Amino acid sequence: MVSAWHVGTVVSTNTETPTGRSIVFDVPGWTGNLAGQHVDVRLSAPDGYQAVRSYSIASANDSERVELAVDKLPDGEVSPYLVDDLQVGDQVEFRGPLGGWFVWKPTQEQPLQLIGGGSGVVPLVSMIRAHAASGSSVPVKLLYSVRSPDDAFFADELRALEGPLVEITWAYTRQTPDGWPTPPGRVSQDLLARVTFAASATPAVFVCGPTGFVETVATHLVALGHDPVSVKTERFGGK
Amino acid sequence: MAIISRGFAGRSREHNPELPPGQYLTEDFPVLSAGPTPELDIADWTFTVQTENGPTKWNWDELHDLGVEDVHTDIHCVTRWSKLGTSWRGVPLDAIFEHVETEREFVMEYSYGGYTTNVPLEDLLDGKAWIVSEFEGEPLDPEHGGPARLLVPHLYFWKSAKWIRGLIMNDNDEPGFWEQNGYHMYGEPWAEQRYW
Repeated sequence: MVSAWHVGTVVSTNTETPTGRSIVFDVPGWTGNLAGQHVDVRLSAPDGYQAVRSYSIASANDSERVELAVDKLPDGEVSPYLVDDLQVGDQVEFRGPLGGWFVWKPTQEQPLQLIGGGSGVVPLVSMIRAHAASGSSVPVKLLYSVRSPDDAFFADELRALEGPLVEITWAYTRQTPDGWPTPPGRVSQDLLARVTFAASATPAVFVCGPTGFVETVATHLVALGHDPVSVKTERFGGK
Repeated sequence: MAIISRGFAGRSREHNPELPPGQYLTEDFPVLSAGPTPELDIADWTFTVQTENGPTKWNWDELHDLGVEDVHTDIHCVTRWSKLGTSWRGVPLDAIFEHVETEREFVMEYSYGGYTTNVPLEDLLDGKAWIVSEFEGEPLDPEHGGPARLLVPHLYFWKSAKWIRGLIMNDNDEPGFWEQNGYHMYGEPWAEQRYW
């Protein structure tokens, strides 16, 4: 059963990219979420008008702190408010957690392959955090595709989480850091073959990002021999 | 009593009576799929209805020979976007069920790629559902379920299975893929039947 609406109060915000930020809320009554789940966020105007949108949850723990990371859609109604206007102490409402498919549980024993594009990394960050917090011993690889170094969400935290079990590959589609060994470009089948787990390792694969990115990556993965059933996807935006 | 989100004005107070509660209009056509898009060739494509009396199967041409009609309808996704006045072409389920004998009242739609979703049979009949293969005058894109998907526009759009492969008739209403993962058994947009 989906719970009632909970009030969330902004505890802190952090600018992540030129168009996106992360926001930590205190949500009394929140009973935690699995890594990869999302939540309905409801905004209410003084005259009673309401708008609801779903967002992936960046945090994965059983506390009452819930972190979102939101990218501003140019003609959006809710995301510009969350990114530009919301301040510490402001309140929104939450219902969830939602979704039982695009989730990773620390009891899973397969290698974990995460592939994110832009703000699509958010549910994958929750998985990496859950992996670290649980002490899971499965190896993790993240391939994170962004337009430029400035467009990466949670860049510092991701770099700090790299280690013997966690390997991160950055892919830049428009602009690379100075001195980067390869020119910018879209994620290719060749790159996927080089930096992700082979199909023979039977990884659990999660792909999240804009529709075009996810379509391309998922098609390449199937061509590389991955069982389509093992490739879980989450897409945003139209085509 | 809802709390107020300080500084939130929202976009528009004009209520569109064609929009179910909690939905917003999009001009886009967002894509929602749980896995990779399957590659399907209409030369190998078949559609099967499985009942207590056995299967009835059509290939692409046989199915379309049952008669194709134009459909103009609104569609509503549980993720809160709606599109109004979309145009499709497809075979009505009424034409298919003229060739099917069954006493069973519940349907499990199943797709190439493994997706399933459940719906009562009465929600597929009387001009309420089609197997569609064209959207806005063009062959249906694979991302949107091409070569053919089910269209059940009076329910949330996850009930309109992409890459439709067949229907299984059941005595009971069994949960399909999203229904096992937190979404409503029936999915009526005007009643906001989104989640369990």
